[in-house]
Amino acid sequence: MTHSVLQHYWWFIISLLGAMLVFMMFVQGGQSLAMQLAKDEEEEKYVYNSLGRKWELGFTVLVMFGGALYAAFPLFYSVSFGGAYWVWYIILFSFVVQAVGYEYRTKPDNILGKKVYQGFLYFNGFIGTILLGVAVGTFFTGSNFSVNGITRELTWGVAKDGINLRGLEAAISFNHGALFNLIFGLMLLFLVRVTGALWVNNNITNEAVKEKAQKLAKINFFILLPFLLAMLIMLVTMKGYFVDPKTQVVSLVDGHYLNSLLAGGAYKLIILLIGAVTFVYGVFAGAFQGKRIGFWIANVGVLFVVLAIFMTAGYGNSAFYPSYADLQSSLTIQNASGSLVGLRTMFYVSFAIPFVLLEVGYTWYVMRKPINKEDVEDKHAY
Amino acid sequence: MEHFLATVATDAVANVSGVVNWARAQFAMTIIFHFLFVPITLGMSVLVAIMQTMYYKTGKKEWKATTKFWQKLLAINVAIGIATGIIHEFEFGTNWSNYSWVMGDVFGAPLAIEGIFAFFMEASFGVVSLFGWKRVGKRFHLFSTWMFAIGTNLSGLWIIVANSFMQHPSGYKLNIETARAEMVDFSRIALQPKAIDTFLHQMSSAYMLSATFMITISAYYLLRKRHITFAKRSIAVGITFALLNAYFLFLVGDMQAATVTNMQPTKMAAAEGLFKGEEGAPIVMGMLNPSIKIGDNDKTAVFGIPFPKGLSLLGKHSLNAFIPGINDLVYGNKKYGILPAKELMKRGKVAIDAMYAYHAAKKIKNTSEMKKQKDIFEKHSKYFGYGHLKNEKDIIPPISTVFYSFHIMVGIGSFFMLFFLFMYVKVRKNQILENKLFLKISSITLWLSYIGIVTGWTMAEVGRQPWTVFGVLPTSKSATPIHLTNVKATFFIFLTLFVILGFAELKMMLKQIKLGPDSHEEEV
Ligand code: HDD
Ligand code: HEM
Ligand code: HEM
Repeated sequence: MTHSVLQHYWWFIISLLGAMLVFMMFVQGGQSLAMQLAKDEEEEKYVYNSLGRKWELGFTVLVMFGGALYAAFPLFYSVSFGGAYWVWYIILFSFVVQAVGYEYRTKPDNILGKKVYQGFLYFNGFIGTILLGVAVGTFFTGSNFSVNGITRELTWGVAKDGINLRGLEAAISFNHGALFNLIFGLMLLFLVRVTGALWVNNNITNEAVKEKAQKLAKINFFILLPFLLAMLIMLVTMKGYFVDPKTQVVSLVDGHYLNSLLAGGAYKLIILLIGAVTFVYGVFAGAFQGKRIGFWIANVGVLFVVLAIFMTAGYGNSAFYPSYADLQSSLTIQNASGSLVGLRTMFYVSFAIPFVLLEVGYTWYVMRKPINKEDVEDKHAY
Repeated sequence: MEHFLATVATDAVANVSGVVNWARAQFAMTIIFHFLFVPITLGMSVLVAIMQTMYYKTGKKEWKATTKFWQKLLAINVAIGIATGIIHEFEFGTNWSNYSWVMGDVFGAPLAIEGIFAFFMEASFGVVSLFGWKRVGKRFHLFSTWMFAIGTNLSGLWIIVANSFMQHPSGYKLNIETARAEMVDFSRIALQPKAIDTFLHQMSSAYMLSATFMITISAYYLLRKRHITFAKRSIAVGITFALLNAYFLFLVGDMQAATVTNMQPTKMAAAEGLFKGEEGAPIVMGMLNPSIKIGDNDKTAVFGIPFPKGLSLLGKHSLNAFIPGINDLVYGNKKYGILPAKELMKRGKVAIDAMYAYHAAKKIKNTSEMKKQKDIFEKHSKYFGYGHLKNEKDIIPPISTVFYSFHIMVGIGSFFMLFFLFMYVKVRKNQILENKLFLKISSITLWLSYIGIVTGWTMAEVGRQPWTVFGVLPTSKSATPIHLTNVKATFFIFLTLFVILGFAELKMMLKQIKLGPDSHEEEV
């Protein structure tokens, strides 16, 4: 197997993990809605216990997503984490507090009190989600770094505009794509709020909360639509970071991402559209008809949409982590990847992924029964 | 497009030495927090699985209550273990971006494998184990509890593999083209003896800590005459487990001392305060002479009780073997073929220069020059890391930290071997309640375990200095070139957060312990 095949293979795995991450982020969406969903203690118990049995899985997918990026594209890890320092640290903070949020929420003597732990979960659901979206947005709009040639220096916040906000510029610097990044972040937020509400509708037996969940799914769906459309329109019209396959020279090309979506028999576009249609159908089934299955349909749609977006970032002669400060420093799946032996080793390791999915699926299946009265009254309940 | 060479070959990081130290402090602080909780998870998950197996076999409701009690403490602990764990994965990128750049191809693999093989097992079976009491069949429930325990222990394995690569790099090669370490043989990374020893010792120390966790809590109940039957059952399990681990720790520790002596002689020399190398070197239990400096050959280095030939025995498994001292390693020793550090540094610089020359030649497409420089590089690449050091004395880690942490760990280990043997006899004779003093000592063994674990790791990690990857990549070249304020700020933010959360976890634990196992019996 050639190095190039492995690089493409690993970008696919990254895309898949990214899609699984967004799939699991219904937990974050739910957290950001919890205050609207539950009006008293009992309703809270339903909501938090339902989300709380799934948070660790999403968390683990995040860790895995990071680990796979580290192993397969180590240079990306250095450049992005070292460069977008504050973006990553705030995301990190939000996940650290999430990890204790559920378990400590109602335990006696938890010092901070229930409200603070719920605040942690809200912070994770709201800010964590938006910033993750902003970070992914920079896959298209670029970041402020340069990897110098022979002196081999890695620098960020290049003198050109004199700022070095360590990543926060991605959300504030409007002449460098902050608008797109923010729209991307907000789109992600409302997307996972929809799937979060659909999850609550799917997974608890409390009718009053379920009704609210359906309503909230509808509202958030309608807020999502303009962001989703804006994002797609901007994506296909913006200048994209094109890598010449022969010379590896990076240049900005009008409508590059549109070209990329249409290339190769438009397979990325097809995946994107299948995903979008499935998602809308799922929302219809879940939010408008109240069906439990709506969550699953919608979230499978999400999987496809995110997969297509990640593939657009990495495939089709695009630089997946472009630099607007120094075009030729942009990272591609070729120049940022691990070595042949490293990627090959990881290729064999990746054979475990289907088994992992089986294990996750099976344990999910045996615990599938919705959260009921007995569960929320259990001593171990969150 | 041209490949990237790592900053390791430049001085870009040198002007931010403050950053290096704060990044080190941050890593040390966050990992010590992580490691207050992880050993309990590693050990208690296994102990809970054993207790649940007893319940499964006997069907006795006391076993169910016992299991549920320890499981609840475990759940509180796991949450914060996870919270303090994810930060490290981020830190490798945010604070150690040059390290990740140069070593990521090798170091990333065990981390990713940990995720695939261990964390998913934990996350998916953990939920079933905790909430499945009524939802799934008894047999599958027990299976899940075991899978959770195996998952946590596997995660310990892979992180140790990653760490062992840093202690004793193998299975990699420096590539002049990309100026980074690249994997050549994964089996030599995953299965190297260093990793296996460390894994065994480290797991055993976590089991020891969990055993003393049970002992301490049970002793507390016994001293207050509460939950007597429960506490007697738990303390007996705990002491038996602790005894086995005390001897196992010593056995593996002895193997480790040998690997350290061979692979990281600077660490061992510092740990023993051995300045002048000797044949038949002793171990001296005592105090380091505070006025001794590198290069002093005549001063007594350690005051205390010597065990003659002890170090030669421990380090080389032979009474009269030569153990190099700090001075031999810095200034060389012809008789034993040890090169002076200056020579290593000189050869390292040749490798670095060759790398630059290679890339300069590549730019003008001078292939014969490229080949020549590549040959020079290959010949000297073994010393590449030394080329970045400024001073020959830099090869020695902070001596007193390493010395005292090693001696404290071994002291505690020796005490455990004696104490638990004695307690075990008491348990067998059913005299455990007779002597208050021994119960009181038992009730502080948890804190001794903590000290043992933290000092052991301090010895291992501080003793690795000045390297992040021993002999290959100096710590001073590993950090992210970033303004110091950022690193300081994140240090204090997370210090504050972890102190608060750690305090909360402690209060919750104490509350559950006060409530006691009875509160679980009613629901049986
Ligand atoms: C309860 C804790 C505990 C106890 C009682 C002991 N150890 Fe230990 N030791 C550890 C906990 C630990 C540890 C924290 O887990 C370390 C750090 C790295 C590792 O592998 O385990 C360690 C490291 C460590 C190392 C260094 C390995 C390296 O630098 O890579 C040596 C040589 C020993 N130990 C030797 C011993 C001996 C001879 C002991 C016997 C009495 C002993 N330890 C008891
Ligand atoms: C729980 C066990 C551990 C403890 C208590 C511990 C402790 C420490 C300490 C005290 C330092 C600072 C040393 C110094 O700069 O002088 C350090 C640094 C570091 N450790 Fe560990 N460590 C542990 C496990 C690990 C593991 C498993 C890894 C990797 C997989 C690791 C990777 C690092 C790195 C990257 C640094 C920073 C670089 C350096 O200072 O060399 N540590 N650790
Ligand atoms: C000797 C050192 C270490 C051991 C034995 C160890 C072991 C563990 C264990 C057992 C857990 C499960 C959490 C718990 O139940 O408490 C955990 C969590 C975690 N650890 Fe560590 N760890 C060590 C050091 C590190 C380091 C250096 C990293 C950085 C890569 C790290 C990253 C993580 C992460 C990301 C989690 C949360 C993962 C999840 O469950 O989703 N750990 N660790």
